[in-house]
Amino acid sequence: MILKALFAASATTALLLALPASAAELTIGFSQIGSESGWRAAETSVSKQEATKRKVNLKIADAQQKQENQIKAIRSFIAQNVDAIFLAPVVSTGWDSVLKEAKEAKIPVVLLDRDIDPSGKELYLTAVTSDSVHEGEVAGDWLAKTVGGKACNVVELQGTVGASVAANRKKGFDTAIAKHANLKVVRSQTGDFTRAKGKEVMESFIKAEGGGKSICAVYAHNDDMMVGAIQAMKEAGLKPGKEILTVSIDAVPDIFKAMVAGEANATVELTPNMAGPALDAIAAFKDKGTVPPKWIQTDSKLYTATDDPQKIYDSKKGLGY
Amino acid sequence: MTALLPRRGLAQILALIVILAVDRVVSPQFFDLRLQDGRLFGSLIDVLNRGTPVALLSLGMVLVIATRGIDLSVGAVMAISGAIAASLADSHSLAVVLAAALGAGLICGLWNGFLVAVLGMQPIVATLILMVAGRGIAQLITEGRIVTFSSPDLVWLGNGSILGLPVPVAIALGMLILTGAVVRGSALGLLIEATGGNARASELAGVGTRAMILAVYVWCGVCAALAGVIAAADIMGADANNAGLWLELDAILAVVIGGTSLFGGRFSLILAVLGALIIQTMNTGILLSGYPPEFNLLVKAVVVLAVLLVQSPKLSGVAGVVTRLRRTKA
Repeated sequence: MILKALFAASATTALLLALPASAAELTIGFSQIGSESGWRAAETSVSKQEATKRKVNLKIADAQQKQENQIKAIRSFIAQNVDAIFLAPVVSTGWDSVLKEAKEAKIPVVLLDRDIDPSGKELYLTAVTSDSVHEGEVAGDWLAKTVGGKACNVVELQGTVGASVAANRKKGFDTAIAKHANLKVVRSQTGDFTRAKGKEVMESFIKAEGGGKSICAVYAHNDDMMVGAIQAMKEAGLKPGKEILTVSIDAVPDIFKAMVAGEANATVELTPNMAGPALDAIAAFKDKGTVPPKWIQTDSKLYTATDDPQKIYDSKKGLGY
Repeated sequence: MTALLPRRGLAQILALIVILAVDRVVSPQFFDLRLQDGRLFGSLIDVLNRGTPVALLSLGMVLVIATRGIDLSVGAVMAISGAIAASLADSHSLAVVLAAALGAGLICGLWNGFLVAVLGMQPIVATLILMVAGRGIAQLITEGRIVTFSSPDLVWLGNGSILGLPVPVAIALGMLILTGAVVRGSALGLLIEATGGNARASELAGVGTRAMILAVYVWCGVCAALAGVIAAADIMGADANNAGLWLELDAILAVVIGGTSLFGGRFSLILAVLGALIIQTMNTGILLSGYPPEFNLLVKAVVVLAVLLVQSPKLSGVAGVVTRLRRTKA
């Protein structure tokens, strides 16, 4: 009798103890690269928001741009037996052994915003990334649609030479405008993804193209270069956004400020919300065992002046860009 | 004037003329100038304006190198001063902003000078510390973001004009005259050269070599801080990750193109600035040429090599021997 009561009591206790654990929020470890750019900071703050929204306990480890710190963080997440690991890999190679350790511990790994090499398909559950070729295409399609049938000379501010994002954004744009004979890239030079170089290169484009009169549109591989280019155009007495169309990629807050002022036309968003889709995939995987596709492509949304840029600026400026 | 422009400046002037001529070929409108909103507008002005940060850096760097030192931290100091200027710009007056930013440069210079002159560290290692740490400090100030500002005073410093000349160019010119007046108008330049030539002998002869070394690093820090403020004012924002990145190498290159030996003992301010202009004339030419960006670095390397070969005493010795041989044969 006593034994029975004791058994029942302990079972209830066990059940009580077990209850919060099962319904409990998931604990997920996120190995973030560090604060290499404003976008990265925004990704971190959006990840926190998305986790709070879903009542997930997200532990973020800042790797300060070092792979060895990321590997250490993953090992410590494995030791803490977290429910899943998010990884934004700082480099693409050298992950095999630590990801195998995670696999042996049966902890699913989701890659955020960058893939690894070789695309070790069995080493991770899924990769949530943007398609940078597609981003270039969206920019090119917008320009083609806006210009219509009239001839248009485009100047291009490329990202850093050798960066895959730059090559992809160029490729996507070129593919999109190849269908339209009236659109032609007349000048293309690297602005190293920075404002200062974007401005300097745009200054030289303006001089080389007869004071900018023959330029119909500027395409920049990121918004920062475009912000610099807009200054260069203004200083040359040109009207960006009116005389010269602008389209760039990333959707950082400052480009919306330029849009409000009527000096920028369009931007394609590289969403900082990579964690949202990743959290949904993990939840489905844990609850129902749904295996997500190997690649979850994020939306490359186009923003123009008709999308209430002031409101978007206000919502984005607090994210740490 | 002869003190400022010794006859060894001929090679640099020739190099500049040749590069300008090449620029004229790749871009026919290179020498066109017009007024735009009360400011001169044209590729030549771009060369001067874009060359300003490196020219300012080279003004400080050339003095450091004359003492047989080197300052690798100038790019990071630019990032720090730019970050400080941008963070204070909208809430403080221009005087406060400049004092804070240049003060930071002065402190950075003191730190470098202290490590080299007092602790006797190797300059390349001593300044490497601030090169690495300084960018981190700048990132802490900006919290990793691009800090933008709209203060018209500070913006004027980057984009305004004085008598048609962009303000940065006028500032660089003023700094060149000021530095020249101080080091060549007094015995200071000679003492700096003596320190670099033979510190031990100079010390024994009564030169305050420690004070000299400390002073040149401080001046280098102030020049770098000024360059940083101008770079931030130019884009109306401080980009701690990229401001001044690798510019320490361009500044050293400008000094070397200007014929100043890395072994110290002699220097020329005006030729160092000319070196900065040579680099920028080439950069602007590359941008105007329309070649694919993959060639940028290659073209730059070839031009720099050519400029340095022209100056090489060994090579001119070889050339002399060849012409003499030809003459004797004929």
